[in-house]
Amino acid sequence: MLKNRIIPCLDVKNGRVVKGINFVDLKDAGDPVEQAKIYSDGGADEICFLDITASNENRETIYEVVKKTSKKCFVPLTVGGGVRSLEDINKLLNCGADKVSINTAAVQNSKVVIESSKKFGSQCIVVAIDAKHNGKSWEIFTHGGRKSSGIDAIEYAKKMEECGAGELLVTSMDRDGTQVGYDIELMSTISSKVNIPLIASGGVGNLDHLVDGVKLGNANAVLAASIFHYGKYSVKQAKEYLDSKGIPVRI
Amino acid sequence: MNVTIVDYKSGNISSVINSFKEVAQNKVKIEVTSDLNKIKSSDKVVLPGQGSFKSCTDALNGINGLVETLNEFVINNKKPLLGICVGLQMFSDIGYEEAETKGLGWIPGKVTKIDNQNGKYKLPHIGWNEINILKNSKIFKDVKDKSHMYFVHSYEFVPNDKSTILATTDYSSNHVCAVEKENIFGTQFHPEKSDKIGLKIINNFINL
Repeated sequence: MLKNRIIPCLDVKNGRVVKGINFVDLKDAGDPVEQAKIYSDGGADEICFLDITASNENRETIYEVVKKTSKKCFVPLTVGGGVRSLEDINKLLNCGADKVSINTAAVQNSKVVIESSKKFGSQCIVVAIDAKHNGKSWEIFTHGGRKSSGIDAIEYAKKMEECGAGELLVTSMDRDGTQVGYDIELMSTISSKVNIPLIASGGVGNLDHLVDGVKLGNANAVLAASIFHYGKYSVKQAKEYLDSKGIPVRI
Repeated sequence: MNVTIVDYKSGNISSVINSFKEVAQNKVKIEVTSDLNKIKSSDKVVLPGQGSFKSCTDALNGINGLVETLNEFVINNKKPLLGICVGLQMFSDIGYEEAETKGLGWIPGKVTKIDNQNGKYKLPHIGWNEINILKNSKIFKDVKDKSHMYFVHSYEFVPNDKSTILATTDYSSNHVCAVEKENIFGTQFHPEKSDKIGLKIINNFINL
């Protein structure tokens, strides 16, 4: 049976982890390689790096991070943040990323998704959807959730599937950082409209939220950042909890 | 000993390279090349494959003499080869992804899309799934039945001769995820992304 994946996400800025695990015995708490290794040793099904480097001149740092991590972690590695072109994707894949997530660039020009999935295969193209509820439906936001696009999130999800996305990483911008749980309605609505796997993101504050993401949101994978970063829960604890609730996980 | 990973410019093979280097350390030489002479003189060959059946076979055929060299390595010289993902799928006679495409024909059979029961199962089949080991194999030494492996695919290999099947996995239906025919080995899953247990399979192949 296919297991539901638990994906810890690390925010990386200028090659350093900005929100990281608060372990005292860490030699270097800001080292993304070391943190990723802790997660993969702890049973993470996949590792996600979100590059939030703002300035262009420091963009190169993420490539070094990916290169080093892929030599130490032998679970899938997804990298997103600032991915704009086929060249960016190619570079990340060559550095050892297994999947690349595309956000703003896909909204601006869906050709990036069509062409990259043709060139590199759908298996490595994840489209990241940042959505906010507008009272009636959900709308796509870009630039890290700062810019409204006026595009309907559900329609967009369907379109991205047609363009060749292998997976959708759906983040509720209303919930992101709130720790009150995923936007279940958003997840389950998109999940029911597409035939590709959905990764739920944004809002996890406890382990029940992960359970809800799978059971109610119909997500195939659940992504979380802060509950793992601050050592509130380990990936192992999360998996054991999901298992106790009857959700198939890899233990 | 040296192991060659065939670099035929199809898809991302850095994870395959990293995992083989990790396992080999400095004891075994890992070459990454499409140089025909280097392939001929190597002890073992790894045939990765990402993207579609068609794009991979096109890329193989695009390198002059590569298919002949691989045929000689596998069929005449009977040296061990490991196919991963589409690398395994290409062992077949024919594949149906994108267009009807001829495979290498090493293990008779075809590659067809996983029947997702009208959308009941999402495709690609992405993630960790248990493997059902049907037969003992040297590449599964110290690998337990029901071990978890990482999969990413929408197509499955259906070999004519069921005795070539080493393991299956359950997704929508029960499909083939590892094969062995004499010196030819293949996994539909990605041992290079399957954590410690995947590295064990790579180690087993290197130590064949």
